[in-house]
Amino acid sequence: MDLELFLQQLANAISLGSLYALLAIGYTMVYGILRLINFAHGDIFMFGTYMAFYMMTSFMLPWGAAFFIAIILTIAFGVLVEKAAYKPLRNSPRMSIMISAIGASFLIENLAIVVFGGRPKSLPVPDLFNRIIHIGNVSVVSITFITPIITMVALAVLMFIVNKTKTGMAMRAVSKDYEAARLMGIDVNFIITFTFAIGSALAAIGGIMWGLKYPSLLPLMGVMPGLKCFIAAVIGGIGDIRGAVIGGFILGLIEIMLIAVFPELTGYRDAFAFVLLIVILLVKPTGIMGKNIAEKV
Amino acid sequence: MKKVISMLMLGIMLFSVACSGPKEEGGDTTAEGGATEVIKIGVFEPMTGANAAGGEMEVEGIRLANELYPEVNGMKIELVIADNKSDKVEAANAAVMLIDKEKVNAIIGSWGSSLSMAAGPIVLEKQIPTVGASCTNPLVTIGNEYYQRVCFIDSFQGTVMAKYAFETLGAKKAAIIQEISSDYSVGLVKYFNDAFIELTGDADAIIGTANYSTGDQDFSAQLSNIKQLNPDVIFAPGNYTESALLIKQARELGITTPFIGGDTWEAPEFLEIGGDAVEGAAFSTFFTSDVPITKESETFLNAYRAKYDKEPASVTALGYDAYLVILDAIKRSGSTNPVEIQKALATTTDFEGAAGMITLDENGDAVKSAVIKKVEGGLFKYMTTVEPIK
Repeated sequence: MDLELFLQQLANAISLGSLYALLAIGYTMVYGILRLINFAHGDIFMFGTYMAFYMMTSFMLPWGAAFFIAIILTIAFGVLVEKAAYKPLRNSPRMSIMISAIGASFLIENLAIVVFGGRPKSLPVPDLFNRIIHIGNVSVVSITFITPIITMVALAVLMFIVNKTKTGMAMRAVSKDYEAARLMGIDVNFIITFTFAIGSALAAIGGIMWGLKYPSLLPLMGVMPGLKCFIAAVIGGIGDIRGAVIGGFILGLIEIMLIAVFPELTGYRDAFAFVLLIVILLVKPTGIMGKNIAEKV
Repeated sequence: MKKVISMLMLGIMLFSVACSGPKEEGGDTTAEGGATEVIKIGVFEPMTGANAAGGEMEVEGIRLANELYPEVNGMKIELVIADNKSDKVEAANAAVMLIDKEKVNAIIGSWGSSLSMAAGPIVLEKQIPTVGASCTNPLVTIGNEYYQRVCFIDSFQGTVMAKYAFETLGAKKAAIIQEISSDYSVGLVKYFNDAFIELTGDADAIIGTANYSTGDQDFSAQLSNIKQLNPDVIFAPGNYTESALLIKQARELGITTPFIGGDTWEAPEFLEIGGDAVEGAAFSTFFTSDVPITKESETFLNAYRAKYDKEPASVTALGYDAYLVILDAIKRSGSTNPVEIQKALATTTDFEGAAGMITLDENGDAVKSAVIKKVEGGLFKYMTTVEPIK
């Protein structure tokens, strides 16, 4: 591999990795606060992309407005999922909530097939995201630069909310022990809803960026990215927001470099991601940034 | 409140279960003409998932044929449509369901050779005559006396595209990008590979091969590798969604090499997803509405244009033909017994279909000409017709 090809592949890796990172942040945040693996995250992501599509094609909105409304609608949808599938099980064992999450995920996928249709749709890509930039012989699309910036901004905003605001303090309290948090006068239900709202907003932003990069929308488009981001979150240490970003970039880099260096292994790309998950769970289950916390079931 | 929500969720769940069942059409047994008996033809096609557009286009043709020719031997024909969900496992399930539960007498399907091959052993074992519309991999019909098709096979299609690359595009060096999990793509690539090497007389004419899997969305790594090789042409047959994304990403990476592919590219989604990037992409396919071949072509084109107000895709014409071939076999056998229908089906000779004359050879494959189309101005444009090798 010469330098030029390496730089091109590096650009490809950053482009893919930043998308994984953006999605993984939402995944890991919900886990960090609620100790719940939100399996429906990938489907909320799919919902966000479809909303952006309908806002741009059926309502003919300019892209800025379309994306904004899509994010708002996705937040509402995410909160609805939380109210319908998770809230009734608040005091049940964790396992029940996780199974409910899997059920919600399947339900959303199949409803999407009925409502949105099984044929792929194509998200119109605004010019700003589609400009091709040549640096020497390395070509990159402008979205390659935009996604990491959005990922970093999202990370910074989230770190600020969690660490510097009063709501963030309440979120951290809920994550430690929500019985005690409730006794301290924290409105636990509000905090959980708020957490889901942020998670869904991140899923929507991730979905829109994903749709702009790969403009083919399918009802099951959220499944693989959802699993990949789960892996990214585990690599980084699930529950740790900075870890999720690092995990996302690592996963993107490994996937691209695997294909670049061993083209004959391309068919095993997804399998490799899962092997990586198993290795991490065996060797360092807390991930790169994770702290060792006793399981509180 | 909790109860209301959970009841609502339950309702939605039941609804989505109800929606996923098989759909029956034309089931009105007391229709005019006094036909009271019903003969069922199963249609197993991808109606959801990655290949849904292909399945839908074929079903359009099958439905149209059913509207124009709803009866045979005084019996009403009922279509039973089963969704194979673009999935090999589901394809086998759908075939079993059609045969065991719906008791169909014959089956049409499926778009996608892998899906057809998944159902192959089942129709052979249960002895149900099956006609594929556009599945082109040779292995679909070989060694399966109950499977036949109304289209040409990939050994021919691969040669056609190799010739196009060598003669029309003047390519000396080609790169290949294949959908490794698709029997169709891998098979077609093999025939292209052999034919292109023979044409150029250069054993190293294929300078690179890259793979991807069905459902992949990121091809940047494979394409960056191919770019370094600087081929004259890239042959990349595969599902229309993945192929459109692939070509789009290739253009974004600054690859200006022409892309050529196979019949699966002819779907509106290929143009929508690919946009400007797929301009100039050329592929071989079965049929063009620009040059009607037979009298049946005109009947088909007029009826299709009147009903849908657009031009039909090749696979729509083939779906239409698959139905007519079965109808003809039922008529000639004068029986509803699947084994008898199969006997008549195997002897189909010079049958006039919408997409050309159909004569099934000893494997159950139709020998037909291919057409080459190219994307121009956001439309599929007819280029030329290539006659079969006798």
